[in-house]
Amino acid sequence: MSTIALDKGMRHGFSLAWRGILKIRKNPEQLMDVTIAPIVFLAMFTYLFGGALAGNTDAYLQMLVPGIMVMNILQASMTAGVQLNTDVSKGVFDRFRSMPIARSAPLIGAVLADIVRYVVCIMVLLVVATVMGFRVQTGPVELLVAVGLTIVFGLAFCWASVFVGMLLKTPQAVQGMMFVLIMPLTFGSNVFVGTSTMPGWLKAWADISPVSLMADALRGLLNGGAIAAPLTGSLIWMVAAVAVFFPLATWAYRKRV
Amino acid sequence: MSLAIRAEGLVKHYGETKALDGVDLEVPEGKVVGVLGPNGAGKTTAVRVLATLLRPDAGHATVGGHDVVKNPRAVRSLIGLTGQYASVDEDLSGTENLVLLARLLDHSRAGARARAAELLEQFELTDAAGRAAKTYSGGMRRRLDLAASLVGNPSVLYLDEPTTGLDPHARNEVWAVVRKLVANGVTVLLTTQYLEEADQLADTITVFDHGRVVAEGRPDELKRRVGGQTLQVRPTSLRDLDVVQRILGDLTGVRPTRDDDTGLLTAPVNDPVLLSTLVRKLDDAGITADELALRLPSLDEVFLALTGKQTEGSLA
Repeated sequence: MSTIALDKGMRHGFSLAWRGILKIRKNPEQLMDVTIAPIVFLAMFTYLFGGALAGNTDAYLQMLVPGIMVMNILQASMTAGVQLNTDVSKGVFDRFRSMPIARSAPLIGAVLADIVRYVVCIMVLLVVATVMGFRVQTGPVELLVAVGLTIVFGLAFCWASVFVGMLLKTPQAVQGMMFVLIMPLTFGSNVFVGTSTMPGWLKAWADISPVSLMADALRGLLNGGAIAAPLTGSLIWMVAAVAVFFPLATWAYRKRV
Repeated sequence: MSLAIRAEGLVKHYGETKALDGVDLEVPEGKVVGVLGPNGAGKTTAVRVLATLLRPDAGHATVGGHDVVKNPRAVRSLIGLTGQYASVDEDLSGTENLVLLARLLDHSRAGARARAAELLEQFELTDAAGRAAKTYSGGMRRRLDLAASLVGNPSVLYLDEPTTGLDPHARNEVWAVVRKLVANGVTVLLTTQYLEEADQLADTITVFDHGRVVAEGRPDELKRRVGGQTLQVRPTSLRDLDVVQRILGDLTGVRPTRDDDTGLLTAPVNDPVLLSTLVRKLDDAGITADELALRLPSLDEVFLALTGKQTEGSLA
């Protein structure tokens, strides 16, 4: 692709991202859908089980918030697939495709708009967590790195959502499928409880799952503690997710549109 | 006369279903060609192929001289598409929808806003410009959809069932817009399920059935083949059915079709005056009728006449 074509593709991508952001502004409840579940889990686990699991709810909250951030970002990344699927089934894509724009522009636009969605989701979650008593133990730089890393994590895994979004027929099916994938991934990790009491097979998985490693990296960044090992692990997972799902997503996208 | 659209032997299969089974189509520049057919006849598939949205399994097509498969980008810069389902973003306002499309067509920010305002004005949507498209009425949505397909000043416009589901008033509005576009030299490929719509707008009509072209011609040619109008009578008492059938037969010179269950008699007529003659003759015979009407041929009858079989809808 020539640089001029690439430049055009990006510009069209930005125009379509603007559309995505407009849609977020007009339908904030759609954003709430993916934010509310993590907040419910945050409140429920902290006040119901926090005391029993960690001695007191404050200690548990410090452990839980970084994990819930991972859950939140996975939920938010699900929207990309649902949104793209909606566009395809409603015929909006036909209009774009009948125009002389780069084929990748709608995809670029969807992913760029996703970044805005992620930022809003994380902000809402952090505000709620702070109200509940969560405090960053490190500093603003670490907080920024943690937020940035979470966004990159979401961008890496959103390709799985785009892939599913292009494979399944309806937006509802995509939403259902992603929920089924994300729930066990989130619960089969160290987000809510330590892995030491899990059966061997589950512990083996939970210790190396991307959700656990990412949660540990964020705990290190926000609460202090070991960062290097979980961060390396999460980065490997992100690279792997992109390596697997980016080609699959673009393949399914080309086949569908 | 040069051709804006030329398609030869287009084939598209979906598993066992032959959506297109060897379709030839020619649309001269600046003309309106109406593609008429029931649901599932392959009309939308043909439009999608010609709009570069779908690759044909066989055959080829050019738009403005560019091959739709080999050079889709050149085709896309010539065409405008109005889908069967309004393909604007429902969450966005009229202005936002049009500005977005203008931006994608490389208008500057200010240029895009100006183009959007101009089109909204032209389609009488200025008052609703700031409202989300989902709050629009059916007719407004269709007008916005038309406006959206015109942002890039296309020379070839595809209208895929532009008035399906619209009330007569909104339908007339859409028709007026299409006529204006044609007057400005735009070539239009129109698909429709309504004979009247093709009749109103199209220079020539192509009739599709099961992925094939079954008839082609000017509207008046096709209508002559269908047989003009139909006279329908339903006597109040089924006992009068024989007598009325004879009267109607004598009058039209054709043996009327008779439905013994509903008591409805139908015969094709060429002269509308026969209606009043029939009323007088029934009066003379002392027969009353529950139903007595002169009808234009329906799409079912066009199909019956052109293909020798019923449309799927009328069989059910």
